[in-house]
Amino acid sequence: MATIDEVPPGGATGSHDDVIENPRRRDYLSIGAVAFAGVGVGVVALPLINQMSPSADVLALSTTELDLSAIEPGQAIKASFRKQPLFVRNLTPQEIEAANKVPLSDLRDPQSLAERTKEGKANWLVTLGVCTHLGCVPLGAGEGENKGPFGGYFCPCHGSAYDTAGRIRQGPAPLNLAVPDYSFTSDTTILVG
Amino acid sequence: MISSLFRLALRNLNILIGLAFAGVLMLALITTVYGLITEPAAPTAEHEFHREHKPLKLASDGPFGQFDRQQLQRGFQVYKEVCAACHSLRLVAFRNLEDLGYNEAEVKAIATQWAIQQPSINPETGETATRANIPSDRFPLAFANDVAARAANNNAIPPDLSLITKAREGGAAYIYSLLTGYQNQPAELVHEFPGAKTPEGLHYNPYFPNLNIAMPPPLTSNDQVTYQDGTRATIDQMAKDVSAFLVWTAEPNLETRHQAGLATILFLLIFTLLTFGAYRNIWRGVKH
Amino acid sequence: MSFPWAQHYAPKHPLMQWVDSRLPLPRFVYNAIGGGYPVPRNLNYFWNFGIMAGAALMIQIVTGIVLAMHYAANGAVAFDSVESIMRDVNAGWFLRYAHANGASMFLAVVYIHIFRGLYYGSYKAPREMVWLLGVVIFLLLMATAFMGYVLPWGQMSFWGAQVITGFFSAIPGIGETIRIWLLGGYAPDNAALNRFFSLHYLLPFVILGVIILHIWALHIPGSGNPTGVEVKAEQDTVPFHPYYTAKDGFGLGVFLIVFAALLFFAPNYLGHADNYIPANPLSTPAHIVPEWYFWPFYAILRAFTVDFIIPAKLWGVLAMFGSILLLFFLPWLDRSPVRSANFRPMYRTLFWVLVADVLVLGFCGGAPAEPAYIIASQIAAAYYFLHFLVLVPIVSALERPRPLPNSITEAVLEGKSGSRMRETAVTGAPAAAE
Repeated sequence: MATIDEVPPGGATGSHDDVIENPRRRDYLSIGAVAFAGVGVGVVALPLINQMSPSADVLALSTTELDLSAIEPGQAIKASFRKQPLFVRNLTPQEIEAANKVPLSDLRDPQSLAERTKEGKANWLVTLGVCTHLGCVPLGAGEGENKGPFGGYFCPCHGSAYDTAGRIRQGPAPLNLAVPDYSFTSDTTILVG
Repeated sequence: MISSLFRLALRNLNILIGLAFAGVLMLALITTVYGLITEPAAPTAEHEFHREHKPLKLASDGPFGQFDRQQLQRGFQVYKEVCAACHSLRLVAFRNLEDLGYNEAEVKAIATQWAIQQPSINPETGETATRANIPSDRFPLAFANDVAARAANNNAIPPDLSLITKAREGGAAYIYSLLTGYQNQPAELVHEFPGAKTPEGLHYNPYFPNLNIAMPPPLTSNDQVTYQDGTRATIDQMAKDVSAFLVWTAEPNLETRHQAGLATILFLLIFTLLTFGAYRNIWRGVKH
Repeated sequence: MSFPWAQHYAPKHPLMQWVDSRLPLPRFVYNAIGGGYPVPRNLNYFWNFGIMAGAALMIQIVTGIVLAMHYAANGAVAFDSVESIMRDVNAGWFLRYAHANGASMFLAVVYIHIFRGLYYGSYKAPREMVWLLGVVIFLLLMATAFMGYVLPWGQMSFWGAQVITGFFSAIPGIGETIRIWLLGGYAPDNAALNRFFSLHYLLPFVILGVIILHIWALHIPGSGNPTGVEVKAEQDTVPFHPYYTAKDGFGLGVFLIVFAALLFFAPNYLGHADNYIPANPLSTPAHIVPEWYFWPFYAILRAFTVDFIIPAKLWGVLAMFGSILLLFFLPWLDRSPVRSANFRPMYRTLFWVLVADVLVLGFCGGAPAEPAYIIASQIAAAYYFLHFLVLVPIVSALERPRPLPNSITEAVLEGKSGSRMRETAVTGAPAAAE
């Protein structure tokens, strides 16, 4: 910031004395004004940035209630949670057994089926239908879809295969299918989110 | 001769154009004045009998204004029990009611028990159906469409109330005046303007722009609603409360706006004083 | 492009030297709004409004870009998308009110800037190009403001679009074809809304470009000043920075206080209630008016009520566009070599009558179309044209100006006609212009 001793005024002849005498006497005013302007711009930037965060109506849709009563063992449904696909699968005893037989040390992202389901509800596998590789929707929730070599889900984009507990077993995906926060509000309904 | 005249005209083209516009305007002026003298505007019933809205003071007025949440809840109750049958609130969501001081469970109960359900489809047959409201829903429409609204209301469409206090001159005071302004048509009006007699099915209200409103008086007796906070529900009180509520529906961010405004102005005042000081400081010694 | 005594950009920091020798952008800024631009020392507060207009444009561009992230230009959802901005988007109400009132602030500041130019003869040689570019900016600004007002798709938006595009139907023969082409239909609808949105997003950047030309053209002769006497020597000027940056900082502070008061405490004061009713092609509001900044021109349009050779509607449209287009010719209509009205007693009177006249036009333009207002706007509109096309040219030829100071410094030191107008009541022998 230039101060007046750096830029002498062109035509201020004759009345210069007090400037020369103590040139920096009130520079704090300029510094303060510029500092205030900086703070002001910073504060105004906040709403300009925050407007891109999810709006109130989007946040209001952040929970989904689902009725599970119509899902038979071995079947799965695709629902929508925060505009993302949500897979709810009613596992058969064989599928549960197959999932429990796998040693955790074999897994890329070690998690047991019990950790991925609610206590006493081990047959209900609730996961996001979003492949942890690059976000495609894996196959396997719909009737007759390819469940992949491990009998769970199979992502057609880059060949990631998930087992009956939705855990990554083969292919490029790094993590198991995510389990969202949810709770059973009754025996057959869940509240996701 | 002609060509030199032409050249003179061209050189003073601006004056000619200016005089042309002014001349036409003077001609127009004469016709307007002549028209005014030969056919003076006949007085109309609207002009003579329309009244300016009554003054209304609300807690949300002024730069320091904040909502009176008790009043908003009372107003919401009036809306729910009196207005909601015909007037929708399509831009407001049930979740927004938390702003009025209701908790999550209360909002959920209000949504579920709302008299009109959300349109939806039957998941098995795909036919149109309805389902209970949830907090993230906006208030359902009172009528499925304008045709249904007209059919049920003597060919008038009850306006949506979400923005009504911003969409009418006078705002909340207009709503309050309208709700409390129903009366019998003055005899002198019919005497003076026999053609302006309130038609069958309409209702005389001097605060309504054309004096005759299709809406029957909505608030007809004291204690039409029973307020939970014990306030006596006079017609005046109910009209005030619902007007206050409709200020909130039109401008739910009013309190944030007022607070942000005071902080901003304070900040800018200090900033401006500092810049003024800096300006005087830099210019001191420079005569200008 | 500057005075010989202008300071030269000499960066001390090696990084700035490196940048300057490869892309002299810092030098460009320094010479435009830094220490390298010598400015007359006697500018008054009316010279603050150019910077304010620039700031207003930046506010509009920033808030506009952000609003466009949430707005949907489709007749079915446009109104609701604006309301969703007001209710659900984080700080959306702030952004939308800032943009809507920012437009009013922009136009208000621009009007003062224009009248400053009229009073102090800023349009005269050698600054004609500055003025011409300014009129171009004004036209672009009005087009942008109009199209922006259509976007919320309320009743006033819709009927504003209907009426404004209706102007073009006044053109004989092909008018209706042009109107339908402009709208992409027989009435405003999706096609019109989408093209208005597209242009409303584009034009501000065109305005920005013309503003750069406007400033470039200004920097060739340098800024004018309240005396209208050109800069003669170094003592007549001070460097833009820090002298005028500080003064403009203060001006911006005042501007922002007024803006904030409007935005936070009366955000709908300058708007119209009907625009909170969704567009309804089947019902016209009882009293349609444009935004306040169009009122004077709207009054001129409505003042023409008789068919004289050509239809009244065509007269109105011609006069309305003519009332702005004649500003392009002002540098040649006013032939007086004296710039500042401080030294032109007759022109000064005319100027203040014009101010009152435009205020009357503005008032009538916002009032309902009742005979009293029509009569007032007919008289005021006639004066408007007489002022620019007849009175100013004649007065500029007849008037005997007051003696001018020999230099800016002399005027300042004698306290005459420096920055304050009231100090100019100097009578004396008529003098030739500088």
